[in-house]
Amino acid sequence: MAKITYIEHDGTKHEVEAENGLTIMEAAVKNMVPGIDADCGGACACATCHVYVAPDWLEKTGKIDPMEESMLDFAQERQENSRLSCQIKVSKELDGLTVTLPEFQG
Amino acid sequence: MTDHTLIIGAGQAGGQAAASLRQFKYPGKITLVGAEVFPPYQRPPLSKAYLAGALAAERLYLKPPAFYEKANIDVVLNTKITKIDKKNKTVCYQDGSIHPWTKLILATGAPARPLVCAGSELKNIYSLRTINDVTALQPQLKKDKRLVIIGAGYIGLEVAAAAKKHGLHVTVVEAENRVLSRVTGEALSRFYEAAHRKAGVDLRLGTKLAHFIGQRAYFKNQDTVSAAVLADGTQLPCDFVLTGIGSLPATDLAKKAGLTCQNGIHVDQYCRTSAANIYAIGDCTNQPNSLLNGRLRLESVHNAIEQGKTAAAHIAGHDKPYDQVPWFWSDQYGLKLQTVGLWSLADETVMRGDPASNSFSIFYLKAGQLVCVDAVNDPVSFMLAKKAIPARARPDIDTLANPQTDIKSLLLQ
Repeated sequence: MAKITYIEHDGTKHEVEAENGLTIMEAAVKNMVPGIDADCGGACACATCHVYVAPDWLEKTGKIDPMEESMLDFAQERQENSRLSCQIKVSKELDGLTVTLPEFQG
Repeated sequence: MTDHTLIIGAGQAGGQAAASLRQFKYPGKITLVGAEVFPPYQRPPLSKAYLAGALAAERLYLKPPAFYEKANIDVVLNTKITKIDKKNKTVCYQDGSIHPWTKLILATGAPARPLVCAGSELKNIYSLRTINDVTALQPQLKKDKRLVIIGAGYIGLEVAAAAKKHGLHVTVVEAENRVLSRVTGEALSRFYEAAHRKAGVDLRLGTKLAHFIGQRAYFKNQDTVSAAVLADGTQLPCDFVLTGIGSLPATDLAKKAGLTCQNGIHVDQYCRTSAANIYAIGDCTNQPNSLLNGRLRLESVHNAIEQGKTAAAHIAGHDKPYDQVPWFWSDQYGLKLQTVGLWSLADETVMRGDPASNSFSIFYLKAGQLVCVDAVNDPVSFMLAKKAIPARARPDIDTLANPQTDIKSLLLQ
């Protein structure tokens, strides 16, 4: 399990107890955090699960593989700390992670 | 009576319509009625990660139960609807109870086309459309077992890839001369044929199935399939069979209620059927398409989602005509295929990149205009094409074919 905090664009905070093995995207959807669309269900095919990872956590979320890297270019307002949340797996190493959600997806 | 939208079918489209209604601030009652025992769930992983045993069923659910409670959506599962009374604006459940509605949405989907031939009633012959189908099929996925797959579409090929990964002997029987013949052009078919043969699949193209023969069990109705027999008499011994021969739109209810149906329930750009106050969405519909300049039936998650949103918007009083370019994906052997547009419209194709690298794209043009892209492990081309196709891009062919050129400027002047 890991405690993940999602901060919506308007500042609303959601604290979620996420199960290991889910992706950050799934944990959001499962806990009804608004702002992550995940149109393709996590298949890395749509770039609508875009999140900004708190900079000091970025490295802990793991390496970005080439497919995600290409898809990220199409996320709205891509920044240095952008990730596709369907590609980050929850583990206890991510306990305390905070991500911010963009204003729009896709 | 107060506004009440009743949705027949709790799949991807039905679930989306319910959620979107609340998002559009629809104040009325919402009832989502599904024939399966599961709440709305995503089907694509059924032939991929879920079949491989990598996920629990709950991870397929599109929303958790708490979502429906919070959104005040009544979810009624394991319930078939047997009749639509469009004059009195009611439906009849299988238990005989009558339920009124003010707006009705048909999201009945497209079940797997049944294969009917001598021996098709034998045990261990499966199709793959639902969680229950996979529950039945999964125990068979054991090393060295012999699987015969009828049909080389997305389902047949994805299951072939999964089965090879589990060490089974796999034979795929396809009546057409190439795989994926309904969904792509020849070049991509040949690429996938090579990939499957390389993985050890015995691929029989231009080959028709005649019937199945079975192994006698103690009780006759438990005879199990022991071989698939081809039209030329060849016997393919097997332990189990998967049929993946397409899906048929579920239009019985609509037809009986007098709605216009032909290859699906006919809808307009707002998902309205030929009957007032009745909408249809998802795999069951036949809709106008501006790229095709005609009508078609689409089998895709994206269409289910977008039509769900469109119908919900219209019911909630917003004009949001549907105008989306279709897109699809398929995962086999770590080859991620993403397709956008309609390949069959094309009069010429351009390959970009080298198939031998397993990362390339095929561009389809009609009279110089981009109408479709098949991208294999090339998400950039796919994502650009999603914008370029509705923008009616006319990319220069020679520049397209040269992978050294900048694709972004090519497609998005």
